[in-house]
Amino acid sequence: MRIRAFIAIAALAAVATVARAGDVIILQSTTSTQNSGLLDHLLPMFEKRTGVKVKVVAVGTGQALKNARNGDGDVLLVHARDAELKFVKDGWGVDRRDVMYNDFVIVCPKADPAGIRGMRDAGAALKKIAMKKVPFASRGDDSGTNRKELELWKAAGVDPTKESGGWYRETGSGMGATLNVAAGMGACTLTDRGTWIAFRNKGDLEVMVEGDPALFNQYGVILVNPKIHPHVKEKAARAFMDWLTGPEGQKAIADYRVNGQQLFFPNAPVD
Amino acid sequence: MGESFAEAFRHAAWMMVTLDPDLLEIVGLSLRISISAVLAAAVLGLPLGALLALYRFPGNRAVSLLVSALMGLPPVVLGLVVYMMLSRSGPLGVLGLLYTPAAMIIAQTLLVLPIVVALSRQTISALWREYEETMRSLHIRGLPLVRTMLYEARFELATTLLAGFGRAIAEVGAVMIVGGNINHATRVMTTAIALETSKGDLSLALALGVILLAIALGVNLAVHVLSAWGDRQGMASTA
Repeated sequence: MRIRAFIAIAALAAVATVARAGDVIILQSTTSTQNSGLLDHLLPMFEKRTGVKVKVVAVGTGQALKNARNGDGDVLLVHARDAELKFVKDGWGVDRRDVMYNDFVIVCPKADPAGIRGMRDAGAALKKIAMKKVPFASRGDDSGTNRKELELWKAAGVDPTKESGGWYRETGSGMGATLNVAAGMGACTLTDRGTWIAFRNKGDLEVMVEGDPALFNQYGVILVNPKIHPHVKEKAARAFMDWLTGPEGQKAIADYRVNGQQLFFPNAPVD
Repeated sequence: MGESFAEAFRHAAWMMVTLDPDLLEIVGLSLRISISAVLAAAVLGLPLGALLALYRFPGNRAVSLLVSALMGLPPVVLGLVVYMMLSRSGPLGVLGLLYTPAAMIIAQTLLVLPIVVALSRQTISALWREYEETMRSLHIRGLPLVRTMLYEARFELATTLLAGFGRAIAEVGAVMIVGGNINHATRVMTTAIALETSKGDLSLALALGVILLAIALGVNLAVHVLSAWGDRQGMASTA
């Protein structure tokens, strides 16, 4: 009798620690995961499995981290590893995990005004763009892609911000909007491959540079620290993180295709 | 580009004819939010506009000037201010309103309020020159005076509210920040258009724009017909 009561209580406790169906969490994420259609593919599966509803706010990584710092979200899915680690180190987030990766590519008009088609060295390609003053559309919005782009310029020893307003155009907007600008003015730009493949207004832009290890693009998931923001729905948010980095979520990421191409490659550590 | 325009109109017509459920949801939310905001702004703004028109008090001019200036406030600035108020780290964070339709209604109400106050003040000032003598001779003062003047100006005020509705339904900056453009929760026509544009699906974005225009046309037509009908009723009763 006593054992049965114990089991019943244990079962109740187990249920209580699991996310409740009907919970709603806010995911602060990046424009690339939304514009590429990945989240529209993943979230219905997760919601069906757990009954937890995920509301997505898609902004640049920089703004997503700021919003999360303010407590305006339960969980983050972003792509700027150094900024993420700092976010965790500063105590705003906990339990960061790798989720998936893809890569960045440099796209330019078909005519290849910078003469960089087929180059593998992204830094050398940027140098040529700067030398020939070929228009370059930068995100200019402190997003993950913008940070990566600035890293690449720095490594190439070029400071493009001096040319801001000249051949270097900072759009201050999302990936898609920046691709629209590049297509409209015949500029080169750096884009994540996911958004690029799913983008519908490519104009005469084509991939010129790809395959440089420096163009690697890692996505991570982070729980907003519930000790700082007690309203964070920790259990539901953890259920999401576990699903995303678990076998089912990882398979769903690998299965997502646009025009037959895989956009994201799962690489969560297996525990 | 010509093809894209044709495709956009075909797309728009198709979505409207088939009553696309996602479209209906977005249109419904847009209307709900903007109409609520206009009603709230009317309740707050019309009496305030009448007060400014009918009563001289210290600061009247300063308030009127400020209200007129606020008509030009960029929605994105207002959105930012409302975000900072409603953020979990802001003074009203405990309400948990950020990223909900309520937050969007608050932002749009504040956006529409200056238009309602400034234009209703102007309308009633003009009308007051005509009515002043009559009202004084009838000893109508205070609240009844405000009520009477608002009633007499009702057709012009309907246009004022339409101007407010136009600003609300068309803005994207404020609702994007405080609503977050969350699918099936806070996505409205303008934020959906911004999203489709950033996906590069220009024909779908333009199609949504066509539908937005059609809705605005419908609302204006409805108000126009109603006031014309009210006008006739009014004339019939005085005849």
